[in-house]
Amino acid sequence: MLKIENLHTYYGNIHALKGINLEVEQGEIVTLIGSNGAGKTTTLGTMTGLLKATEGKVFYEGTDITNRPPYEIVKMGMSLSPEGREVFPQMSVEENLKLGAFIRNDKEGIEESFKRVYDLFPRLLERKKQTASTLSGGEQQMLAIGRSLMTSPKLLLLDEPSLGLSPNLVLLIFDLIKSIKEQGTTVLLVEQNANMALSIADRGYVIETGKVIIKGNAKDMLKDENIKKAYLGSL
Amino acid sequence: MLFQQIFDGLTLGMVYALIAVGYSLVFGILRLVNFSHGSVYAFGAHIALVVAVSMQWGIFPALVISIIFTGLLGIMIDKISLKPLREKKSKPIAALITTIGVSYIIQNLLMIIFGSHSKWFPKIFDYGIIKLGDISINSTQLFIFLVSLLLLVFLTIIIQKTKIGLAMRAVEQNPKAAHLMGINVNYIISFTFFLGGASAAIAGTLISGYYQVVYPNMGFIAGLKAFSAAVLGGIGVLYGSVIGGLVVGLSESFAVSYFGGGYRDAVAFVILILVLIIRPKGIFGKKEITKV
Repeated sequence: MLKIENLHTYYGNIHALKGINLEVEQGEIVTLIGSNGAGKTTTLGTMTGLLKATEGKVFYEGTDITNRPPYEIVKMGMSLSPEGREVFPQMSVEENLKLGAFIRNDKEGIEESFKRVYDLFPRLLERKKQTASTLSGGEQQMLAIGRSLMTSPKLLLLDEPSLGLSPNLVLLIFDLIKSIKEQGTTVLLVEQNANMALSIADRGYVIETGKVIIKGNAKDMLKDENIKKAYLGSL
Repeated sequence: MLFQQIFDGLTLGMVYALIAVGYSLVFGILRLVNFSHGSVYAFGAHIALVVAVSMQWGIFPALVISIIFTGLLGIMIDKISLKPLREKKSKPIAALITTIGVSYIIQNLLMIIFGSHSKWFPKIFDYGIIKLGDISINSTQLFIFLVSLLLLVFLTIIIQKTKIGLAMRAVEQNPKAAHLMGINVNYIISFTFFLGGASAAIAGTLISGYYQVVYPNMGFIAGLKAFSAAVLGGIGVLYGSVIGGLVVGLSESFAVSYFGGGYRDAVAFVILILVLIIRPKGIFGKKEITKV
């Protein structure tokens, strides 16, 4: 479904990605883990057209989408829920979700998506008319994920959905990611919480200083001694 | 007498509001004060002059053609001079200085093509004096007021109720997220410049029909006053620009009658300075957007 080949990106003067290779198959949850500054967010930014690749290719469903503008990529069915939520602060929850459906014209389909999002996140239905900036961090995270789902994506990219949330909310969000996958949406999950990410993922990649250093089956990675030491913390 | 002053002030104020809206719209989306806007307004007046006086097509065709050409000029300013700076991620000051430069380029082009002397413009909406009991209203002023009001309502509807308006507000509040929603941000910026140019064209045509004179640097002082109206109301807030415009218009009208014509231009800025000392964000200025 998604194939990244030898991707290079500069972030200002910093050579942030130094040849990333990555693949996501339909129906999977794939997780991208690694420490702060490893290049996880940059990878997502380059895939979605927010940042320019200087070398390498991104293929989505067989089409070369390298350096296409973000609005074209969203229309093809790939949606990013960005790090730090990035909601529209002065708009209501409902308007935020409506903006998620900006590219769509199918009225009935949009109604269904609203229903799907409100089913997944009943809290958002309760706060439908509330201004987004007045929501709690967890609620804003739900809104950001919900807004991405409103684009009706085939591939959902989630950047640090657990960041800054209480442990209970983290569990809830990860449960929801599993349900999103069960409903047929493929997920690429970027996380610092490697333990949780690997426990729900099918496969995983570890990035370090702009390169993939380990890849494999998520269950095997959870048991791998080296990964345990470096990314899972000794329990 | 008092009524007449208030009415003079409201009429002028609505036209300032139309210009101020252009500053406000562009500032909302790009966080940039577009100092070329005064010259855009003068450009609009000159297009109307060509259509209404040289070609004798009448005032409504003049308005429509001026709206189209001036709107397109707005888009061109952005595409040619500002977009390349955005793409290079230049410092905001570079864009600001560019808009000042563009302002003089437009002004000089107008001088080269039309000459720098003042040209006569026909009086618009001249249906004589309308009497309401003891009060007599000049029909030109009444229509200028009504047309401006109508356009401001129309602009508000576009921004609050339409899909493209929703996209404009999205770009204003969070450009990065707007990209991710599939909004073509460059298209929205062009559309915003078009709206700004179009409202400046209307203001330029109305004011020319009021004072009956058109000249290349007519946009300088009008632009500065409209800019202060926008800042006064809280730049980036549409109804703030309208209130700011009315305050500037009214104060100008009162200054002329009580202190004499010599003070007409100074009063707007005195009020601006006072408001900014008391409320730095303007009367209706938004609090800074805080991220949680």
